[in-house]
Amino acid sequence: MTTPSRMPEPYGQGSGANLADILERVLDKGIVIAGDIRINLLDIELLTIKLRLIVASVDKAKEMGIDWWETDPALSSRARRDELTRENAELRERLARLEELEPGRAEKKEAP
Amino acid sequence: MTGLRYVYAVCRPFGTPLQAQLTGVAGDPPRALTHHGLVAVVSRVPERDFAEEPLRRHLEDLDWLTETARAHQGVIDALTTVTTPLPLRLGTVFHDDSGVRMMIEAREEDFRRTLDRLEGRVEWGVKVYAESEPQESAQPAQKPASGRDYLRQRRMQTRSHEEMWQKAEAFSTRLHEELSAFAEDSRMHPPQNPALSKATGRNVLNAAYLVPRAHSEEFVELVDRTKGEMPGLRIELTGPWAAYSFAGEAT
Repeated sequence: MTTPSRMPEPYGQGSGANLADILERVLDKGIVIAGDIRINLLDIELLTIKLRLIVASVDKAKEMGIDWWETDPALSSRARRDELTRENAELRERLARLEELEPGRAEKKEAP
Repeated sequence: MTGLRYVYAVCRPFGTPLQAQLTGVAGDPPRALTHHGLVAVVSRVPERDFAEEPLRRHLEDLDWLTETARAHQGVIDALTTVTTPLPLRLGTVFHDDSGVRMMIEAREEDFRRTLDRLEGRVEWGVKVYAESEPQESAQPAQKPASGRDYLRQRRMQTRSHEEMWQKAEAFSTRLHEELSAFAEDSRMHPPQNPALSKATGRNVLNAAYLVPRAHSEEFVELVDRTKGEMPGLRIELTGPWAAYSFAGEAT
Protein backbone atom coordinates (compact mmCIF):
# COMPACT_ATOMS: atom_id res chain seq x y z
CA MET A 1 0.00 0.00 0.00
CA THR A 2 2.50 2.61 1.17
CA THR A 3 6.25 2.61 0.64
CA PRO A 4 6.62 -1.12 1.13
CA SER A 5 10.29 -1.01 0.33
CA ARG A 6 11.16 1.09 3.35
CA MET A 7 8.64 0.00 5.88
CA PRO A 8 7.45 -3.30 7.20
CA GLU A 9 3.89 -4.11 6.23
CA PRO A 10 1.55 -1.99 8.28
CA TYR A 11 -0.01 -4.03 11.04
CA GLY A 12 -3.63 -3.31 11.62
CA GLN A 13 -3.40 0.22 10.29
CA GLY A 14 -6.20 2.00 8.50
CA SER A 15 -9.27 -0.15 8.41
CA GLY A 16 -7.63 -2.79 10.59
CA ALA A 17 -6.89 -0.51 13.52
CA ASN A 18 -9.80 -0.73 15.86
CA LEU A 19 -11.92 2.27 16.75
CA ALA A 20 -10.46 2.44 20.25
CA ASP A 21 -6.93 2.63 18.76
CA ILE A 22 -7.95 5.56 16.59
CA LEU A 23 -10.06 7.42 19.15
CA GLU A 24 -7.49 7.17 21.91
CA ARG A 25 -4.98 8.77 19.59
CA VAL A 26 -6.95 11.47 17.80
CA LEU A 27 -8.89 12.51 20.93
CA ASP A 28 -6.51 11.95 23.79
CA LYS A 29 -3.11 12.34 22.17
CA GLY A 30 -1.59 14.68 19.65
CA ILE A 31 -0.83 18.33 20.09
CA VAL A 32 -3.43 20.44 21.81
CA ILE A 33 -3.86 23.87 20.26
CA ALA A 34 -6.65 26.25 21.04
CA GLY A 35 -8.12 27.04 17.64
CA ASP A 36 -10.51 29.87 16.85
CA ILE A 37 -13.34 27.48 17.44
CA ARG A 38 -13.13 26.79 21.11
CA ILE A 39 -14.05 23.38 22.17
CA ASN A 40 -13.38 23.32 25.80
CA LEU A 41 -10.78 20.63 26.37
CA LEU A 42 -12.75 19.63 29.38
CA ASP A 43 -15.60 18.87 27.01
CA ILE A 44 -13.42 16.45 25.14
CA GLU A 45 -12.20 14.82 28.29
CA LEU A 46 -15.73 14.52 29.57
CA LEU A 47 -16.73 13.16 26.23
CA THR A 48 -14.18 10.40 26.31
CA ILE A 49 -15.22 9.51 29.82
CA LYS A 50 -18.82 9.47 28.70
CA LEU A 51 -17.93 7.36 25.72
CA ARG A 52 -16.23 4.87 27.94
CA LEU A 53 -19.30 4.73 30.09
CA ILE A 54 -21.91 4.61 27.39
CA VAL A 55 -20.23 1.78 25.60
CA ALA A 56 -19.30 -0.19 28.68
CA SER A 57 -22.08 -2.36 29.84
CA VAL A 58 -23.33 -1.00 33.11
CA ASP A 59 -23.01 -4.34 34.87
CA LYS A 60 -19.42 -4.69 33.80
CA ALA A 61 -18.64 -1.22 35.04
CA LYS A 62 -20.25 -1.95 38.38
CA GLU A 63 -18.34 -5.19 38.55
CA MET A 64 -15.17 -3.19 38.22
CA GLY A 65 -16.35 -0.88 40.96
CA ILE A 66 -17.13 2.01 38.63
CA ASP A 67 -20.47 3.33 39.74
CA TRP A 68 -19.88 6.97 40.56
CA TRP A 69 -22.47 8.12 38.04
CA GLU A 70 -25.14 6.55 40.17
CA THR A 71 -24.50 9.12 42.84
CA ASP A 72 -23.77 12.01 40.50
CA PRO A 73 -26.98 14.04 40.19
CA ALA A 74 -25.90 15.32 36.79
CA LEU A 75 -25.81 11.82 35.40
CA SER A 76 -28.36 9.81 37.29
CA SER A 77 -32.03 10.56 37.68
CA ARG A 78 -32.11 8.34 40.72
CA ALA A 79 -29.28 10.25 42.31
CA ARG A 80 -31.17 13.42 41.50
CA ARG A 81 -34.26 12.05 43.18
CA ASP A 82 -32.22 10.87 46.12
CA GLU A 83 -30.65 14.24 46.42
CA LEU A 84 -34.02 15.96 46.33
CA THR A 85 -35.27 13.59 49.00
CA ARG A 86 -32.24 14.26 51.11
CA GLU A 87 -32.53 17.99 50.65
CA ASN A 88 -36.22 17.80 51.43
CA ALA A 89 -35.57 15.89 54.64
CA GLU A 90 -32.90 18.34 55.62
CA LEU A 91 -35.22 21.29 55.04
CA ARG A 92 -38.03 19.66 57.00
CA GLU A 93 -35.66 19.07 59.85
CA ARG A 94 -34.51 22.65 59.82
CA LEU A 95 -38.07 23.83 59.68
CA ALA A 96 -38.98 21.62 62.63
CA ARG A 97 -36.06 23.02 64.60
CA LEU A 98 -37.12 26.56 63.80
CA GLU A 99 -40.67 25.79 64.77
CA GLU A 100 -39.47 24.48 68.10
CA LEU A 101 -37.64 27.71 68.69
CA GLU A 102 -40.62 29.83 67.74
CA PRO A 103 -43.74 27.81 68.46
CA GLY A 104 -46.07 30.79 68.25
CA ARG A 105 -45.01 31.80 64.78
CA ALA A 106 -45.17 28.29 63.42
CA GLU A 107 -48.72 27.80 64.63
CA LYS A 108 -49.80 30.97 62.99
CA LYS A 109 -48.31 29.82 59.70
CA GLU A 110 -49.89 26.42 59.85
CA ALA A 111 -53.35 27.63 60.73
CA PRO A 112 -54.20 30.68 58.69
CA MET B 1 -12.24 30.32 -0.02
CA THR B 2 -15.15 30.22 2.40
CA GLY B 3 -15.70 27.95 5.36
CA LEU B 4 -13.51 27.23 8.36
CA ARG B 5 -10.03 25.69 8.38
CA TYR B 6 -9.50 22.32 9.98
CA VAL B 7 -5.85 21.64 10.80
CA TYR B 8 -4.61 18.05 10.89
CA ALA B 9 -0.94 18.37 11.47
CA VAL B 10 2.13 20.55 11.32
CA CYS B 11 5.25 19.35 9.57
CA ARG B 12 8.30 20.45 7.63
CA PRO B 13 7.84 21.07 3.89
CA PHE B 14 7.75 17.78 2.01
CA GLY B 15 8.41 17.27 -1.69
CA THR B 16 5.94 14.52 -2.43
CA PRO B 17 2.39 15.66 -3.16
CA LEU B 18 -0.38 14.15 -1.03
CA GLN B 19 -2.44 11.40 -2.61
CA ALA B 20 -4.93 13.01 -4.96
CA GLN B 21 -7.83 10.85 -3.77
CA LEU B 22 -7.24 11.77 -0.14
CA THR B 23 -10.29 13.41 1.41
CA GLY B 24 -10.35 15.22 4.69
CA VAL B 25 -12.88 15.29 7.49
CA ALA B 26 -15.59 17.01 5.46
CA GLY B 27 -14.70 15.73 2.01
CA ASP B 28 -12.44 18.61 1.05
CA PRO B 29 -8.94 17.41 0.05
CA PRO B 30 -6.27 18.57 2.49
CA ARG B 31 -3.62 20.97 1.26
CA ALA B 32 -0.37 22.36 2.58
CA LEU B 33 -0.32 25.89 3.95
CA THR B 34 3.31 26.95 4.23
CA HIS B 35 4.32 29.72 6.62
CA HIS B 36 7.67 30.54 8.24
CA GLY B 37 9.16 27.38 6.76
CA LEU B 38 6.56 25.15 8.42
CA VAL B 39 3.58 23.43 6.83
CA ALA B 40 0.11 23.22 8.30
CA VAL B 41 -2.00 20.59 6.58
CA VAL B 42 -5.50 22.04 6.37
CA SER B 43 -8.82 21.47 4.69
CA ARG B 44 -11.99 23.47 4.41
CA VAL B 45 -14.89 22.52 6.66
CA PRO B 46 -18.39 23.99 6.69
CA GLU B 47 -19.49 26.24 9.54
CA ARG B 48 -22.72 24.33 9.89
CA ASP B 49 -20.75 21.37 11.23
CA PHE B 50 -17.59 22.87 12.66
CA ALA B 51 -18.63 26.10 14.33
CA GLU B 52 -18.52 25.92 18.11
CA GLU B 53 -22.05 24.86 18.81
CA PRO B 54 -22.53 22.21 16.09
CA LEU B 55 -19.05 20.83 16.72
CA ARG B 56 -19.82 20.34 20.39
CA ARG B 57 -23.06 18.62 19.49
CA HIS B 58 -21.37 16.39 16.91
CA LEU B 59 -18.73 15.30 19.37
CA GLU B 60 -21.44 13.63 21.40
CA ASP B 61 -22.49 11.59 18.39
CA LEU B 62 -20.43 8.42 18.19
CA ASP B 63 -21.19 7.82 14.50
CA TRP B 64 -20.09 11.31 13.51
CA LEU B 65 -17.08 11.05 15.76
CA THR B 66 -16.08 7.69 14.28
CA GLU B 67 -16.27 8.96 10.73
CA THR B 68 -14.41 12.16 11.54
CA ALA B 69 -11.75 10.39 13.58
CA ARG B 70 -11.12 7.94 10.73
CA ALA B 71 -10.87 10.76 8.20
CA HIS B 72 -8.50 12.68 10.49
CA GLN B 73 -6.36 9.59 10.99
CA GLY B 74 -6.46 8.91 7.22
CA VAL B 75 -4.79 12.25 6.52
CA ILE B 76 -2.22 11.78 9.29
CA ASP B 77 -1.53 8.30 7.95
CA ALA B 78 -0.95 9.60 4.43
CA LEU B 79 1.39 12.27 5.81
CA THR B 80 3.31 9.66 7.78
CA THR B 81 4.33 7.95 4.55
CA VAL B 82 5.93 11.11 3.19
CA THR B 83 7.15 13.01 6.25
CA THR B 84 7.10 13.16 10.07
CA PRO B 85 3.88 14.97 10.98
CA LEU B 86 2.98 16.43 14.35
CA PRO B 87 -0.63 15.35 14.65
CA LEU B 88 -3.00 17.86 16.24
CA ARG B 89 -5.88 16.77 18.36
CA LEU B 90 -9.14 16.19 16.52
CA GLY B 91 -11.21 19.34 16.08
CA THR B 92 -8.54 22.04 15.80
CA VAL B 93 -10.41 24.64 13.75
CA PHE B 94 -9.64 28.22 12.66
CA HIS B 95 -11.73 30.89 10.96
CA ASP B 96 -9.40 31.34 8.02
CA ASP B 97 -5.87 30.85 6.69
CA SER B 98 -4.57 33.86 8.56
CA GLY B 99 -5.72 32.30 11.84
CA VAL B 100 -3.66 29.23 10.96
CA ARG B 101 -0.64 31.41 10.13
CA MET B 102 -0.91 33.21 13.46
CA MET B 103 -1.03 29.88 15.23
CA ILE B 104 2.14 28.76 13.44
CA GLU B 105 3.92 31.98 14.43
CA ALA B 106 2.85 31.63 18.04
CA ARG B 107 4.03 28.02 18.34
CA GLU B 108 6.93 28.09 15.91
CA GLU B 109 9.66 27.28 18.42
CA ASP B 110 7.71 24.44 19.99
CA PHE B 111 6.93 22.93 16.62
CA ARG B 112 10.54 22.98 15.49
CA ARG B 113 11.77 21.47 18.72
CA THR B 114 9.21 18.69 18.64
CA LEU B 115 9.77 18.06 14.93
CA ASP B 116 13.49 17.66 15.61
CA ARG B 117 12.79 15.28 18.45
CA LEU B 118 10.43 13.09 16.41
CA GLU B 119 12.08 13.32 12.98
CA GLY B 120 12.20 9.89 11.35
CA ARG B 121 10.34 8.19 14.22
CA VAL B 122 7.06 6.33 14.19
CA GLU B 123 4.82 4.95 16.89
CA TRP B 124 3.93 1.28 17.31
CA GLY B 125 1.04 0.16 19.46
CA VAL B 126 1.27 -3.10 21.38
CA LYS B 127 -1.63 -4.63 23.25
CA VAL B 128 -1.83 -7.80 25.27
CA TYR B 129 -5.16 -9.54 25.82
CA ALA B 130 -5.88 -12.33 28.23
CA GLU B 131 -8.30 -14.64 26.48
CA SER B 132 -11.22 -15.50 28.69
CA GLU B 133 -10.47 -18.64 30.70
CA PRO B 134 -9.65 -21.27 28.08
CA GLN B 135 -9.05 -24.12 30.55
CA GLU B 136 -12.39 -23.68 32.22
CA SER B 137 -14.55 -23.85 29.15
CA ALA B 138 -12.64 -26.97 28.12
CA GLN B 139 -13.83 -28.99 31.08
CA PRO B 140 -17.56 -28.80 31.61
CA ALA B 141 -18.44 -27.52 35.05
CA GLN B 142 -19.67 -30.32 37.30
CA LYS B 143 -22.89 -29.72 39.06
CA PRO B 144 -21.96 -29.24 42.70
CA ALA B 145 -23.30 -32.05 44.86
CA SER B 146 -23.40 -29.97 48.00
CA GLY B 147 -22.92 -26.48 49.30
CA ARG B 148 -19.41 -27.36 50.36
CA ASP B 149 -18.74 -28.72 46.89
CA TYR B 150 -19.98 -25.53 45.36
CA LEU B 151 -17.74 -23.44 47.55
CA ARG B 152 -14.76 -25.61 46.68
CA GLN B 153 -15.46 -25.18 42.98
CA ARG B 154 -15.80 -21.46 43.40
CA ARG B 155 -12.51 -21.31 45.29
CA MET B 156 -10.74 -23.27 42.58
CA GLN B 157 -12.19 -21.05 39.89
CA THR B 158 -11.12 -17.92 41.71
CA ARG B 159 -7.65 -19.32 42.19
CA SER B 160 -7.23 -20.21 38.53
CA HIS B 161 -8.46 -16.74 37.57
CA GLU B 162 -5.97 -15.15 39.89
CA GLU B 163 -3.16 -17.27 38.56
CA MET B 164 -4.09 -16.29 35.03
CA TRP B 165 -4.10 -12.57 35.85
CA GLN B 166 -0.81 -12.88 37.62
CA LYS B 167 0.71 -14.66 34.65
CA ALA B 168 -0.73 -12.12 32.23
CA GLU B 169 0.56 -9.26 34.33
CA ALA B 170 4.03 -10.75 34.71
CA PHE B 171 4.20 -11.39 30.98
CA SER B 172 3.05 -7.86 30.13
CA THR B 173 5.55 -6.30 32.51
CA ARG B 174 8.38 -8.31 30.99
CA LEU B 175 7.27 -7.54 27.44
CA HIS B 176 6.96 -3.84 28.22
CA GLU B 177 10.44 -3.77 29.72
CA GLU B 178 11.91 -5.52 26.72
CA LEU B 179 10.17 -3.28 24.19
CA SER B 180 10.93 -0.12 26.17
CA ALA B 181 14.60 -1.04 26.18
CA PHE B 182 14.53 -1.27 22.38
CA ALA B 183 12.36 1.79 21.77
CA GLU B 184 13.45 5.38 22.29
CA ASP B 185 10.44 6.15 24.41
CA SER B 186 7.23 4.52 25.56
CA ARG B 187 3.82 5.38 26.95
CA MET B 188 1.31 3.26 28.80
CA HIS B 189 -2.30 3.86 27.83
CA PRO B 190 -5.38 2.81 29.78
CA PRO B 191 -6.79 -0.57 28.79
CA GLN B 192 -9.20 -0.32 25.90
CA ASN B 193 -12.91 -0.62 26.10
CA PRO B 194 -14.07 -3.84 24.41
CA ALA B 195 -17.20 -2.16 23.08
CA LEU B 196 -15.05 0.24 21.07
CA SER B 197 -12.23 -2.11 20.18
CA LYS B 198 -14.54 -5.07 19.45
CA ALA B 199 -11.69 -7.20 20.75
CA THR B 200 -12.22 -10.34 22.77
CA GLY B 201 -10.42 -11.06 25.99
CA ARG B 202 -9.33 -8.61 28.62
CA ASN B 203 -6.87 -5.91 27.62
CA VAL B 204 -4.02 -6.16 30.13
CA LEU B 205 -1.41 -4.06 28.34
CA ASN B 206 -1.95 -1.10 26.02
CA ALA B 207 1.28 0.69 25.26
CA ALA B 208 2.88 2.84 22.57
CA TYR B 209 6.53 2.79 21.57
CA LEU B 210 8.52 5.43 19.73
CA VAL B 211 10.81 3.72 17.25
CA PRO B 212 13.02 5.11 14.46
CA ARG B 213 11.69 4.09 11.06
CA ALA B 214 15.02 2.46 10.36
CA HIS B 215 14.59 0.11 13.34
CA SER B 216 10.92 -0.62 12.83
CA GLU B 217 11.46 -3.93 11.15
CA GLU B 218 13.49 -5.17 14.10
CA PHE B 219 10.86 -3.92 16.52
CA VAL B 220 8.14 -5.78 14.64
CA GLU B 221 10.22 -8.96 14.75
CA LEU B 222 10.78 -8.51 18.46
CA VAL B 223 7.01 -8.35 19.03
CA ASP B 224 6.33 -11.20 16.62
CA ARG B 225 8.70 -13.46 18.52
CA THR B 226 6.67 -13.10 21.70
CA LYS B 227 3.43 -14.13 19.99
CA GLY B 228 2.30 -17.56 21.05
CA GLU B 229 4.91 -17.62 23.82
CA MET B 230 2.26 -17.76 26.48
CA PRO B 231 -0.93 -19.74 26.00
CA GLY B 232 -4.08 -17.78 26.77
CA LEU B 233 -2.49 -14.45 25.88
CA ARG B 234 -2.88 -12.62 22.60
CA ILE B 235 -0.48 -9.93 21.42
CA GLU B 236 -1.61 -7.29 18.97
CA LEU B 237 0.62 -4.90 17.09
CA THR B 238 -0.63 -1.77 15.31
CA GLY B 239 1.29 0.79 13.32
CA PRO B 240 3.29 2.47 12.08
CA TRP B 241 1.36 5.43 13.48
CA ALA B 242 2.43 9.05 13.47
CA ALA B 243 3.98 9.71 16.87
CA TYR B 244 0.64 10.70 18.43
CA SER B 245 1.52 9.56 21.92
CA PHE B 246 4.83 11.41 21.91
CA ALA B 247 3.88 14.68 20.24
CA GLY B 248 2.80 16.33 23.47
CA GLU B 249 5.16 17.42 26.19
CA ALA B 250 8.82 16.51 25.76
CA THR B 251 10.27 13.97 28.15
